[in-house]
Amino acid sequence: MAVKLSTRDEQLLDGQHGKAARMAMRILVRMAEVQGAAEMMDVRQAHIDGCGLLSDTGLEFAETLAANGGKVSVPTTLNMGPLDLQNWRQFGVDEDFAAKAIRQAKAYTDMGCIPTWTCAPYQSYLTPRFGQQIAWGESNAICYANSVLGARTNRYGDFIDICAAITGRVPKCGLHLEENRKGQILLRLVDIDPAIMQSNAFYAVLGHHIGTVSGDKIPVIEGLPVDVSSDQFKALCAAAASSGALALFHAIGVTPEASNLDQAFKGRKPERVIDIHLSDLQKSRADLSTTAEGDKLDLVVLGCPHFSFDEFRELAMLIRAETEKGKTLRPDVRFIVISCHTSYALFQRSEFFNVLIDFGVEVTLDTCIFHTPMVSSATKVIMTNSGKCAYYAPGELGVQVAFGSMAECVESAVRGYVCRKEGLV
Amino acid sequence: MTERTLLGKPIVAGSAKGKALVSKEPLSFWGGISPRTGEIIDRRLQRSGANVAGRIFVFPQGKGSSTSSATLMECIKTDVAPAAIINIKVDPILALGSIVSDELYQKAVPIVVLAEKDFFSIKEDDYLTIEPNGTVKINT
Repeated sequence: MAVKLSTRDEQLLDGQHGKAARMAMRILVRMAEVQGAAEMMDVRQAHIDGCGLLSDTGLEFAETLAANGGKVSVPTTLNMGPLDLQNWRQFGVDEDFAAKAIRQAKAYTDMGCIPTWTCAPYQSYLTPRFGQQIAWGESNAICYANSVLGARTNRYGDFIDICAAITGRVPKCGLHLEENRKGQILLRLVDIDPAIMQSNAFYAVLGHHIGTVSGDKIPVIEGLPVDVSSDQFKALCAAAASSGALALFHAIGVTPEASNLDQAFKGRKPERVIDIHLSDLQKSRADLSTTAEGDKLDLVVLGCPHFSFDEFRELAMLIRAETEKGKTLRPDVRFIVISCHTSYALFQRSEFFNVLIDFGVEVTLDTCIFHTPMVSSATKVIMTNSGKCAYYAPGELGVQVAFGSMAECVESAVRGYVCRKEGLV
Repeated sequence: MTERTLLGKPIVAGSAKGKALVSKEPLSFWGGISPRTGEIIDRRLQRSGANVAGRIFVFPQGKGSSTSSATLMECIKTDVAPAAIINIKVDPILALGSIVSDELYQKAVPIVVLAEKDFFSIKEDDYLTIEPNGTVKINT
């Protein structure tokens, strides 16, 4: 079945908007055929994930588009890249790797992308609006944009993201369409103390569990409090899009397409109902760790996805409580926080900036420990409050991982070994 | 020697010939195939250690990371990609890797989707010929 094209689509394919736009449009139309889309549609914003991984072909693709006059036609933000662009030397990154990463960054910014370099673009700049059609990459951001903001995006991976940004067009299918956004399965939180739901760690664990049980279905969560914070949803989305392929969930009375069950399921019945008990979440929490209590700790990593101003503040309070008791960071433990320039700029203006720096926290910006070679081979055990980081670290970094709350991470860093409380918080 | 013809759907159209490498399990190219050697490196898979380079790689469907597009492209660039891919279910991520490589290097890996019954009729080392219209000829 041929894809129906607009006059402008035809012009793009004919090369009237330049060679890069022609290549981008050809890729998009071929993908529309693969996905069975009847026609193309406009998007109003893009977020690029393809700038994150450094590969020779990915670099060549970006440089080819840029050299052929590629320019984004809609506001386009950039996901974290493979390098802390200003401070990479402090983190022991190889010169050749850095040179290629800088070329890749330049190709994307030359095409007019905004140098946000963050995997939490919804907390940074150009937050999409409800109902807005967008083309976003980065699994946690896709989940957040669809679910929490009510914007509409499919899962745009490497390469197709920049094609969408250059042309402003995508195949009309999937989650861009109202009829594909209804809930399919109901997840009920049945015996969970509301106090537990105040902690950020709860949301990472819940996300890990939801990603595991949802398969390719759109879940609807019943029982979350109305005051879930942006950072809590961030933790949930990142974990759920790692253990599973979650691109959209609804939460009754909390997220914008689910004021009640009827709206969330668009009048239909759930295909399945799954009850989530505290014991399920305790199992999921245990599933996120490969270490035992008391294991010697080498590295704490926070900020996956990127740390917000609020998280910097929370960390400062926890560290201050330790330093007031005369406690310090163990000299053989590294403590890294990953963030973006916008959150860091606010953090620098805060009165608690020195609390973190004096404690020995290293802040790295623009990047991610999975894409930049900054974790030394001597690192055996890491600890994190991120479900996503805990999920990928053993395979990607070849380390043992301990999942814990931010408070448990701070306490473990002071003691020099993994220490966690019983339970979920 | 017998010859059979199956009618598939061309996801990325093209011609290819080669011996079948059959996996019964889904697979992610990223973390599953080495873009340097073409070896299956996901040690949890039954076909771990087999090499896909130049073979018609028959596996039910792709899974996992969207970075698989880039991995397939790397394989194509270093000449360790399969000669073609046959699946049961369309995987847009693999299709994208092949299509972008076609646009960038004029080198694609043909991808055909077959009905489940036809898919499972292909055996290891069958000699397959794929045509641009999605036809798969099997010589056993």
